[in-house]
Amino acid sequence: MKKAVITVLGLDKVGITAKICTVLAETNINILDISQTVVGGYFNMVMVVDITEAKDTFETTADKLNAVGEELGMKIKIQHTEIFDAMHRI
Amino acid sequence: MITRNEILETNSMISEMNLDVRTITMGISLLDCADPDIERFNEKVYKKITTYAKDLVQVGDALAREYGIPVVNKRISVTPIAIAAAGCKNADSYVSIAKTLDQAAKDVGVNFIGGFSALVQKGYTESDRKLIASIPEALAQTDCVCSSVNVGTSRNGLNMDAVKEMGEIIRKTAELTKDRECIGCAKLVVFCNAVEDNPFMAGAFHGVGEADCCINVGISGPGVVKKALEEVRDADFETLCETVKRTAFKITRVGQLIAQEASKRLNVPFGIIDLSLAPTPAVGDSIAEIFQEMGLEEAGAPGTTAALALLNDNVKKGGVMASSYVGGLSGAFIPVSEDHGMIDACEKGALTLEKLEAMTCVCSVGLDMIALPGDTSAATLSGIIADEAAIGMVNHKTTAVRLIPVIGRKEGDSVEFGGLLGYAPIISVNRFGCEKFVARGGRIPAPIHSFKN
Repeated sequence: MKKAVITVLGLDKVGITAKICTVLAETNINILDISQTVVGGYFNMVMVVDITEAKDTFETTADKLNAVGEELGMKIKIQHTEIFDAMHRI
Repeated sequence: MITRNEILETNSMISEMNLDVRTITMGISLLDCADPDIERFNEKVYKKITTYAKDLVQVGDALAREYGIPVVNKRISVTPIAIAAAGCKNADSYVSIAKTLDQAAKDVGVNFIGGFSALVQKGYTESDRKLIASIPEALAQTDCVCSSVNVGTSRNGLNMDAVKEMGEIIRKTAELTKDRECIGCAKLVVFCNAVEDNPFMAGAFHGVGEADCCINVGISGPGVVKKALEEVRDADFETLCETVKRTAFKITRVGQLIAQEASKRLNVPFGIIDLSLAPTPAVGDSIAEIFQEMGLEEAGAPGTTAALALLNDNVKKGGVMASSYVGGLSGAFIPVSEDHGMIDACEKGALTLEKLEAMTCVCSVGLDMIALPGDTSAATLSGIIADEAAIGMVNHKTTAVRLIPVIGRKEGDSVEFGGLLGYAPIISVNRFGCEKFVARGGRIPAPIHSFKN
């Protein structure tokens, strides 16, 4: 399974998760885990997703998520999980 | 499973603490381009570089995107041209080769190409002489080409003829680029114990013991180390060293991942990771800030050499375990113009040329990106090179000198190079002469402890 991590940061508002999930559903990316907090009005979400069966390329998905981020005024980042494994696991 | 905190920690290192992969450098051997005719040699060189490195920039950018970490520079190092071009019997000057390298670098989109170099630690070949004589013009007429000359090693001693000549070459290079802040000198390094797999410019070249092509990666992250040290502000040295080690480990693991991926995608063997803390002029990306975090008022204050020694050593201890192959220069860089904290320290008078020289005894490189008054003589430059090379020779370490005598400026003025090269205040130089010493000529023999066989 190829996994990626999506992180979302910005001021909380209606429809953030919905918009991101729509992008993911359209390209057939399955969500494995979601964790989110809202502290002092700031929305902070970390999602682990399965990109094995994704229809779009990684770049296209990243572009789409970027576009959603710009629309919502938030920072949305998608990264392969290996960078976290490399840094935090021996 | 990776935890949420670990994910957020990695991303804050990247977004807030300037963690990045400083350079992916492709080393390319030009030995098989040898030709008696310099024009044919140039054609072969251009073709080989633009074929091998055609995807380098694109792969670097794709990796940056997919892993969410900036890959700041994509660069190329080549076989020292004095060796690769030694067969060109019909040429008196190698400037056309520098122009070929420059064109190849621009056409594949890299920002620097290193290897306009000669290794003359024990003596000159005819080709070495031609190359060195071509340096000032080559650097004045190109944008991306970097040059280096190795004038000594611990095994061979110092070639003092070369030390003398390089003082003159630095001056000539400054003269030829005086309308551009003497920028030529920022692309010229004089080494003792040069390493063959260094990915960092301006001193990168692809050694003759290397494979046909390989990928070397230079990592960075002074900001991450500084931030980590903020958490242990009043702790003792054991805790301080542990924190540096742990941070260096994490940074290096990212470099190792990117290096392996780059090597796989480009289908080129992975060479080494260079574990260097390389500052940039950005705030929060400074070695001097680390010293301040350790408890020094300014870089250059008493204690700075000790602070640098422990920083350098613990970066290596942490990093070595994180990568399968460590090489290059590996340590902390202390370039003056590329580190705003070092610039401040020079401006305040806390940091002098002599203190910088002392610091180079314990760090990875040497007197790097230091702007000197425009009337600094060639002999004085040679004297400084000789001192620095002697430190490298006796201590079995790499030392380098990258000095910029800024023509028309004096102590207290400043000079702006722009971009990653930053700006620098012009600092004072000892005014007492060394002409007779430098003019002696010949070689300084290797030190006694180099006879290990």
